[in-house]
Amino acid sequence: MADHTAGGGSSRLRGYVVIIEERCKGCAFCQAFCPTGALEMSDRMNRAGYHLPVLRFPEKCNGCDLCGMYCPDFAIRGVRNRPREDV
Amino acid sequence: MNQPVLLSPLLRQERMPHIWCPGCGVGVSLNCFVRAVEKSGIPQDRIHVVSGIGCTGRVAGYVNVDSFHTTHGRALCFATGLALSRPDSRVVVYSGDGDLTAIGGNHLIHTARRNVDMVVICVNNFTYGMTGGQVTPTTPENMKASTTPYGNFEYTFNLPALMEACGATFVSRWTVFHVRQLIRSLEKALKHRGFSFIEVLSPCPTLYMRRNRLGNPLNMMEQFKERSVIRNGEGTAGTSLEEGADLIVGDFIEVRRATFKECYERRMTEVLGERFVPYEGVR
Repeated sequence: MADHTAGGGSSRLRGYVVIIEERCKGCAFCQAFCPTGALEMSDRMNRAGYHLPVLRFPEKCNGCDLCGMYCPDFAIRGVRNRPREDV
Repeated sequence: MNQPVLLSPLLRQERMPHIWCPGCGVGVSLNCFVRAVEKSGIPQDRIHVVSGIGCTGRVAGYVNVDSFHTTHGRALCFATGLALSRPDSRVVVYSGDGDLTAIGGNHLIHTARRNVDMVVICVNNFTYGMTGGQVTPTTPENMKASTTPYGNFEYTFNLPALMEACGATFVSRWTVFHVRQLIRSLEKALKHRGFSFIEVLSPCPTLYMRRNRLGNPLNMMEQFKERSVIRNGEGTAGTSLEEGADLIVGDFIEVRRATFKECYERRMTEVLGERFVPYEGVR
């Protein structure tokens, strides 16, 4: 599976997202409900012709995984670089 | 770190991507359900998913637990048998509004009345999705469906109120916008003993929304966000889905009553005394 990750493992950033591109259907729920506005729909398409979300502002992403909860296609998830106990 | 939900062992990963349309809410509800099961700590071999026919009925094919894909509307009948023969397992009925409330309406009423120990997740997308957008008992008034080209003139079912009247012991309604609340509510329902009913309002972008020119699925999600009012623990009075009114969501009812199996055992013990041997399961 082709994963698109940005900022993974970097200690400077709070979080990042993982996207399984073949599963995405471009519904844009992740981009619309990202609480920090870190995601954006890109012009890039996957094999099925759906536009993919992209982590346009990696410094805004805190890895809260709300995008992962909204994703109907199990295609995206947020990861915290420093796991928090209270979530 | 926990196993990510994307690659959860509760999903049949080899069947992804699934068949649901872009922006369909069934996937969101399944996502929440998988998270709730993982949080609840129920082992994978102790949870069973039963589905009827329809878009939501496909859930049984995507969860990696023992699952049934049953005949149209009869998911609750199969689930009742399963719940009684496997009292140590959690039985989840995962189906749509057309399957549960229209074709299986009678079964829904009577399974709730008997308080059979199971969780019923009803994904309400206001139409029959898979069969071509026909009108259902939950289609709002004046909305078009393939069988009501001039608009639906019938009164609409209020499912939480119906379930309260029938005697369900856990009743809630959420939309696919309320993901965190839905996960919490599903987790509560999985731990609740008795008949639990959760209505999940969901957009159907391909049939319901396109036919009624309601825009894209994001528009309906925005509507859910703007119109919904959370009212936990206040019963189901005034929760009907009316045009222009507030969309009332929340965990409406949570009470404890003896389940079908407990009532049966109590009565049999009263009548038969020591001759009655309660059924403990097949394991």
